[in-house]
Amino acid sequence: MPLYHDDDQAMLAETASQFMAEEGAIAKQLRHWRDRNCKDGFGHGLWKQFAEMGFTGMLVSEDDGGLGMGSYEAGIVLEEIGRNLTPSPFLASSVLAATALKHADDAARQRWLPGLVSGDLVYSVAIDEGAKHRPERIKTRAEKSGNGFRLTGQKDFVLHGASADMLVVAARTSGADEDADGITLFAVPKDAANMSHDAVRLVDSSMASHTKFEGVELDGDAVIGEVDGGREVLNAMLTAGRIGAAAEGVGVARGAMDMTVDYLKQRKQFGKLIGEFQALQHRAAHLYSEVEIARAVTMKAAQLLDGGSEKADLMASVAKAKVAKAAGLAVREGVQMHGGIGMTDEYDIGLYMKRDRALQEFLGDMYYHASRVADMSGY
Amino acid sequence: MSDPDAFRADVRAWLEANCPPEMREPVRDEADVYWGGRNATFKNDAQKAWFEACRDKGYTVPEWPKAYGGAGLTPAEGKILRQEMSRIGARPPLSSFGIWMLGPALLHFGTEGQKQRFLNEIAAGKIRWCQGYSEPGSGSDLVSMQTFGEDKGDHWVVNGQKIWTSYADEADWIFCLVRTDKENKYQGITFMLFDMASEGVSTKPIKLISGNSPFCETFMDDVKVPKSYGEDIPGYVGQINRGWDVAKYLLGHEREMISGAGGGDRTSAIGAAMKRMAGELDPVLRAQIAMFDVDALAYSAMGEKFLDEMKSGKGHPAQPNMMKYVGTELNKQRHELMMSVGGSRALEWESEDTGGGKPSRNWLRTKANSIEGGTSEVMLNVISKRILDLPGA
Repeated sequence: MPLYHDDDQAMLAETASQFMAEEGAIAKQLRHWRDRNCKDGFGHGLWKQFAEMGFTGMLVSEDDGGLGMGSYEAGIVLEEIGRNLTPSPFLASSVLAATALKHADDAARQRWLPGLVSGDLVYSVAIDEGAKHRPERIKTRAEKSGNGFRLTGQKDFVLHGASADMLVVAARTSGADEDADGITLFAVPKDAANMSHDAVRLVDSSMASHTKFEGVELDGDAVIGEVDGGREVLNAMLTAGRIGAAAEGVGVARGAMDMTVDYLKQRKQFGKLIGEFQALQHRAAHLYSEVEIARAVTMKAAQLLDGGSEKADLMASVAKAKVAKAAGLAVREGVQMHGGIGMTDEYDIGLYMKRDRALQEFLGDMYYHASRVADMSGY
Repeated sequence: MSDPDAFRADVRAWLEANCPPEMREPVRDEADVYWGGRNATFKNDAQKAWFEACRDKGYTVPEWPKAYGGAGLTPAEGKILRQEMSRIGARPPLSSFGIWMLGPALLHFGTEGQKQRFLNEIAAGKIRWCQGYSEPGSGSDLVSMQTFGEDKGDHWVVNGQKIWTSYADEADWIFCLVRTDKENKYQGITFMLFDMASEGVSTKPIKLISGNSPFCETFMDDVKVPKSYGEDIPGYVGQINRGWDVAKYLLGHEREMISGAGGGDRTSAIGAAMKRMAGELDPVLRAQIAMFDVDALAYSAMGEKFLDEMKSGKGHPAQPNMMKYVGTELNKQRHELMMSVGGSRALEWESEDTGGGKPSRNWLRTKANSIEGGTSEVMLNVISKRILDLPGA
């Protein structure tokens, strides 16, 4: 399979690009909701439009009412989301939660998927504990209680957690904190008693929660997949989520780079367009190279995942780390090359810097993933 | 194309039957590379058997048409063959500037007669070519070159000097940029082909910081270059005075080659091999290697995308410059890390243990990667101008 869009994917890219540029534009969404101090961090109207476009359920199988597409197609949409800094629950709900629910039994899928596909419900995932992504260690416990479980612990960096209708929570049902086994995933509904959210606004204006579970009682049917066998599902979620986050990061990088290259062609100093200076040309050309490569490896990782390759996990980490490097460079060079105006809130380049920072942290930063590449490669 | 799975199975079976185990070992030194040519010798029977099997199958140049010695594979089939060769670690059966550089130029600009003769000679490893581009005063600013061919009707008389001609002392023929119009900078160069055994051609190896001499100076002293080698076989490629078009086209292929993008899929990290070498890696060095592996593995995906796009005509025509820039910078970094991992052992210049100082000589050799075939700075200039469309670039 060649590593570029086929005709259908090219069409999807065009549709997503147009839609996001019009409906998901910075002024219309990110700034609009930020300036109104929106507690959700995104617009529900736009989310319904995502559903109308078929985006919300694109990873859900056709049997379950979705489009049955793959990580590659989700990446196409995410790249446009990134380019326009469009705030939405897409990554958490349509990629991470949807991936988890693939592993759920019929009853759970019938309960949760129609709302996910229709966009009436918004899901999120509760994985991290503490300020850094360390999914190898899970402390939050779910103990047997009657026919179900009793959930205790705290999760952090739960994207739009307070607005989510359902959280996919990774908890420990047996073993020690560091054990690979003994993990179970639960679907925890919004109205669960003894669950509380400390919702905070992040640097990029998105919302995330510190979510506390203080003896949340769950039925047995809240289990997604097998009891104690959740690690595999969690890993599937993480791989899909990391590739998705990388794809969004590619969009952020390309958006910031395009803006900056345009600026180099407009801004005059010393009687010249600043893009005429070789000092800036070479930096822009280097940036272009890095962003192209980050995009290629993200596409490759998605293709491997969709093809069921065992290399997908490794390449997901490579992609996540490479995109962090490239997008980080794009936003830093973006702000610097814009000069003073790049420091103003009125100008958009700073928004790219903020979004990139949050996205880099989500599901593991470049240091985590580079180290993981080393571990997986045996050194 | 044929059914991809069936084709893959065929290729796999053919490789199994025809690629000797010795030819699946990594290339260790120059003698492991078969360059072909009039004076070529094989290092061993395995090298000979592998070369001949590939030649007969058209696999020295798999994607060239069968009429010119290739196997006529589609790009998709070519990719499968590369993947399968890379999977078993098969060495290239024949390495040659004819395959990488002159061949693509002839396929694009050559006459039917030129293709019939020269491409078949290249595919069969009969003639080893070298490239005459740079001159002592014309490096990055190649178009300022001065080697001059005086028009004598049915031939030119060429005088001048080329430099950095790779393996000129071992090559049979040269493709050479010669100025044929002194008034016209870009449209005054002809892309000539001539025999290195011609009277007046002499070469002198240049000793490099690695201690090796892969490059030569090539002197042309009243060399007679025919305008024709027979019916429909001009002694130049493209049109007279329009050799710069050919040169530019070919530079793209050279950049592709130097970037290493032409190779198979390289999807394994270098860190594990480094740990085996060093026993244990300092944590900071391990971290540096890990960051390098991220870049290198990402670049291998870029290489795949780049080739797929080029072969389907989707790629940006200036993209080889980006590949060359990044690929060569990465290769330099890789050798810096290997020197650090190797420690004092890697400093040995002549010892048997190091195969005659391979680590340090290879490390020094890589420093040329970002100079030859267009410096990194020139690559960045081209990206600025042709891809980013920056003003005044």
